[in-house]
Parts: sequence; structure tokens; C-alpha cells
Amino acid sequence: MDLFEHEAKELFAEYGVPVQAGKVAHTAAEAREIAAEFAAAGHPLVVVKAQVKTGGRGKAGGVKLADGPDEADAKASQILGMDIKGHTVQKVLIAQASDIAQEYYLSYLVDRAGRQFMSICSVEGGVEIEDVAHSNPEAVARIGIDPLVGVDRAKAAEIVQAGRLPAEAADGAVELAERLWAVFTDEDATLVEVNPLVLTDDGQVLAVDGKVTLDDNAAFRQQHDRFADPSAADPIEARAKAKHLNYVKLDGAVGIIGNGAGLVMSTLDVVAYAGEEFGGVRPANFLDIGGGASAEVMANGLDIVLSDPSVRAVLVNVFGGITSCDAVANGIVSAIGILAERGEEVRHPIVVRLDGNNAAEGRRILTEAGIGVVEQVETMDDAARRAAELASLAATGA
Amino acid sequence: MAIFLTAQSRVIVQGITGSEGRKHGARMIAAGTKVVGGTNPRKAGQMVDLGGTSAPVFGTVGEAMAETGADVSVVFVPPAGTKDAVIEAVDAAIPLVIVITEGIPVHDTAVFWARASSRGNVTRIVGPNCPGVASPGKSNAGIIPADITSEGRVGLVSKSGTLTYQMMYELRDIGFSTAVGIGGDPIIGTTHIDCLQAFQDDPETDAIVMIGEIGGDAEERAAAYVDASVTKPVVAYVAGFTAPEGKTMGHAGAIISGSAGTAQAKKEALEKVGVKVGRTPSETARLVRELMRAR
Repeated sequence: MDLFEHEAKELFAEYGVPVQAGKVAHTAAEAREIAAEFAAAGHPLVVVKAQVKTGGRGKAGGVKLADGPDEADAKASQILGMDIKGHTVQKVLIAQASDIAQEYYLSYLVDRAGRQFMSICSVEGGVEIEDVAHSNPEAVARIGIDPLVGVDRAKAAEIVQAGRLPAEAADGAVELAERLWAVFTDEDATLVEVNPLVLTDDGQVLAVDGKVTLDDNAAFRQQHDRFADPSAADPIEARAKAKHLNYVKLDGAVGIIGNGAGLVMSTLDVVAYAGEEFGGVRPANFLDIGGGASAEVMANGLDIVLSDPSVRAVLVNVFGGITSCDAVANGIVSAIGILAERGEEVRHPIVVRLDGNNAAEGRRILTEAGIGVVEQVETMDDAARRAAELASLAATGA
Repeated sequence: MAIFLTAQSRVIVQGITGSEGRKHGARMIAAGTKVVGGTNPRKAGQMVDLGGTSAPVFGTVGEAMAETGADVSVVFVPPAGTKDAVIEAVDAAIPLVIVITEGIPVHDTAVFWARASSRGNVTRIVGPNCPGVASPGKSNAGIIPADITSEGRVGLVSKSGTLTYQMMYELRDIGFSTAVGIGGDPIIGTTHIDCLQAFQDDPETDAIVMIGEIGGDAEERAAAYVDASVTKPVVAYVAGFTAPEGKTMGHAGAIISGSAGTAQAKKEALEKVGVKVGRTPSETARLVRELMRAR
């Protein structure tokens, strides 16, 4: 789960990482109020920052300087409701502007290749670190971190030195780096990034922007729920999550249900290839119903997939490994029955491909059930082709 | 021969008294695996029934090894206890530990991997979040269905469980020396490269199938390794060409970040070093079939 900038900074503050002061506004009036508070405290200059979980806000015009409450109100009006890479801005952070002397970069992340953690530190901050890595690779230091040792004061000093931060920023940066490590480990984060890390004119080191990604697998021992953001999630994805289904909404017309993440990803690809023949038919979703594929899970899965109005046909692609195909076939038959009982009779064509353990028996069960909307195809490639064809026929009204 | 797991392997199950441990313990025995016992510190000294075969429960991996000569452990312990279970196996210096458990925090995996490294990698870790290792006709440690394929001379390494099964099934007449499911988490123990190296050195493996998916750059690094060190033919498949940026596709590690980790980049890296990459799983199977027929 990615956090908003303001959530990342609230988390930083809990761990004693110095951050720029700021408050969240959902309306221009709130923005004005917050700016007035800062002005009254002697800080009329604020930055109005779009809160969206994507990069490139600045370039998109989502970050603006404002001098006093009137300007804060005006700038917030411009930014609220703005679309940044498909994300609608629903709130802005009103941050007290800092007198920035220099901008640096600091992050902790998972080093997949090294099977450990890593810090990236650079004296060049405030821009995309990937760009710096291209234009001036020597300015970007990558320092491996042993998970058994972590980051103590000495390691933090090593990181800051490797990033070539100047002497006047070193003490503050080392202390910040050590505290930021506590955020990374204690919160089970897979990424914490401070960009820019700033040295102010009066010699303070603080986090002016923050990005945090939390490990969903650690939810059982963390209080990550406090950051849940139902308003930002796709409504179908939110309903799927409530039913413990592993669903990702895409933009095509063929609903996909399968077992196993790799097989489902592969199914999406094969449908997209097949769809090229039919004017670019694409998969509508990713849905992995796991190894079990019980009738209830299948019913919930079909329900979720069919609730997407752009779906014109469904492809059920199951490989019977531990769960044999007869059980899966019975699941499909019951699922369609369950949906009919709920008054949600299935009207879209469902192409089913069963392979693996007891596939012949599974196919026999489906044939004998004689369900009009169900069509069986033997191979994955042919099933994908048929589903794409049916979706394109439905779209043209044929 | 086969890699990592042979007919002589003596297997214990950590978490043997749980429902998954019992179910798959019984399935492993039915597949011909020498399951010699398991662990659960609260039920040490008891016997557990695995589909009609009785197996002893020990308090620790160390005790189980001392009593049974076990050299492989399969971990079914739930996520909250997995880190401690793997560290226990590593500290007992068991040669191979296969971590089936899904949903382990990456900080825990980083720690148990670092522990194994600090002890000189005496213990090979496979997984986590993987289906295990199967050497058909010899031994099966994990949850890979034993009856979908046969013994043969193709080696398989894969991030994905069901794509592993699919490939084993499509090529069941040709058969496999060993199939290794390495798992789809951001940090894993045994990598594509480790398996490529082991298959290259295995006299009973003639060709290698490698299955990858979006996220990270393991496939790109594997391609470089193939170029430098693998002389046996390699056929590959990569899943996730249609995956959007920034979304986790089922496996915790299956995510495209910015422009990094795309299926296209992986495919290009593999093809550049002469690896044939199938467009679909069926086409991949066909490429392997042609290759084996030409031998």
C-alpha cells in the first residue's frame, strides 16, 4: 500500500524525523484557513501540494507556491479536482514554505537482486533520482544494508558520506537517516523515500516530501488499516477485496477468472494476443481465485467479474493441480445456480477451459449440466480466442 | 540424478500437525517421498497420521535430524511463525529448506536469508511463497501435484506455481528431471540463476525451461548468466505483458515499477542471448518438444 505524502510525513513525525509543517485541506476554504493560521504565526508563504499517489505532480501543475490566505485559496481551487495521470486530486497539503538552501535525496528500499535492503543517497535531490542516475551516476550512492545489523549511527554516517552530502548538512542528515530507518523496519515498509531532503538557510535538515510503501503481507502485525483509503480505490476492486478476492480492474471486455497468479497473468496476455484479431479486444480484469476454487469462491468471482459493465464475455481458465477439475466443474455449475438464486442470472457467454487432473470428468459434468451460456474449449489458446471473439460479437451487437 | 532433491532425500515437515502439513505430508508420501517425520514443539513425542502412514513429531529440526537423518525440511508454518521456523532450520544446518508459506512480510524473508548467508549458505532456501521442488519418480517436497507428469530429462525453474503445473502437464510424455518453483516474492532464497547452474551441472538434464513474470530484474540477470555459463538449450516464457504499471498482480513481487520490470524487457534480454521465448505457455511447450525431438 502506498501512502499519501501527508500520511508519510505524519508517520515520519511519529518517529522524530523532522518534517516541514503542514495540514491537509479538502476544500479551498480549508486551505485559506490553514494558510491564515500559518500567516498569524509569521509564515505567510505556503506551498499548496496535490495529494495523489503518483509521481510528476510538479510538472502537472499540482504544486504551487502561495503568499497568504487569498492566494492559498485560489491555488487550492485550481489544484483540487485536477486530474494527474488518472488520479483526481481530492485533497491538498498546505505546507509551510521552507527557505531551501540545498536539496538532497535519501531512501531505503528492498534490494531484490542482493536479497537484502539498500539505501540510496545523493547530494542531488528534488528531481527524479532515476534521471540523476542517468545524467550523473557518480552522484548516486547505493549502499547495501545487512538486515541482521540495520542502520545505526555509524551506518547512517556511511550513507550520508557516500551520498556526498556537505559537512554543514551531515549531522542533521545522519540523525534523520537513523530515524528514517526505524520507520522502514518498525512499520514493515518496502520503500521510504525523502525527496527532497532539504538543508534550510538556517541550517536545519528536514523532509520536504515523503513517499512510503507498506508491505501488505505485514498487515497482520501492523496497524496499516489507519491508512486505508476506500475513496481512492476502484469500487469493484474494493468489493473484491471485501470478499478476499485477488482482483485487479483493467480496461478491456473479456472478464478473466483463473487459478494461480502466474496462470492468470498469462491468460490476460493470451486473450490480448487473440483479441488483436478482433479489433483489439482486451482483458477486463485480473482475478486469481487460488488453488481451492470452491463453488462459493467461484460464485463470488463470477459476481465480481460480471459487475463490471464493460465485460461482454468471461473466460474461466483453470488448471486442476491439487484441486481436480471435477470439483472445479461442480463449482462452476453451483456458482451459476447461486447467482440465479440471488436474482443475478448470468447472461454473458462463459468460455471454460479445464485442464490437468481429472479434466475429462470435469468437462463431462459441465456438458451434462447443459448450461446455455457455458461453452467449453479444450486448449488455453483456443479458449482465449473464442472468448475474445464472443466479446467482440457482443460489442457489435451481432 | 536430478537437482536439489533425489530418491535418497529424507524429508521432514515443519508444521506437520497443521491441516496443510498433514494433507501435503500424506500426498508427498503417496508420491514416493521419504517423509521421515516433522516438528511441532508443543506436540513433540507424539505420532501423526499421514494418510495411513504414521510419522513421529519432534520438538525441533535439530532433534528430527539427529533421530531420522533428515536432510530436507518443508515449511508449512503460518506467516507469523515462518521466520522463526526457517531460522531454526538454518541454525540446525539442514541442507535444504523449502518454504511453501505464502504472505510472509519481506522484512522476515530478508532476515532469514541473511541468517543463512551469515552461516555460509550451508542451508539452501527455496521460496517462500512457492510450490516446492519435484523430481518426478524420485521425490516430491511441497505441493506440486505428483501425478501430472513423468520422469524425463527437462529441467524446469519457475516463479509461478500453476504455470509450472501447466508446463509439466503439457510435456508429461517428455518428462522432467526436476521442477523447482522458486516463488514470486520480492526476496527469494534460490533464484533462476541458482537453478540454471544446477541444471547445467546435472548430467541427467538435457534442456531447461525457465518461467518468469513481471517485477524486478531476475530474468535479465538470468539471461546474462545463460550467455556466460549455460551451454544446454534454454526455452523461456514470461507472463504479464498486459499488466499495468504499479499494480501487484497476485504475487507480492509481480509489480512493474515505473518502466522497470516489464515482460517486454525480460523477453528482449532473453532473446538477445539466444533463448527462445514462447508467446504462450502452449507455444513454449511446443518449442521444448521440438528441441527434445531434434536431439
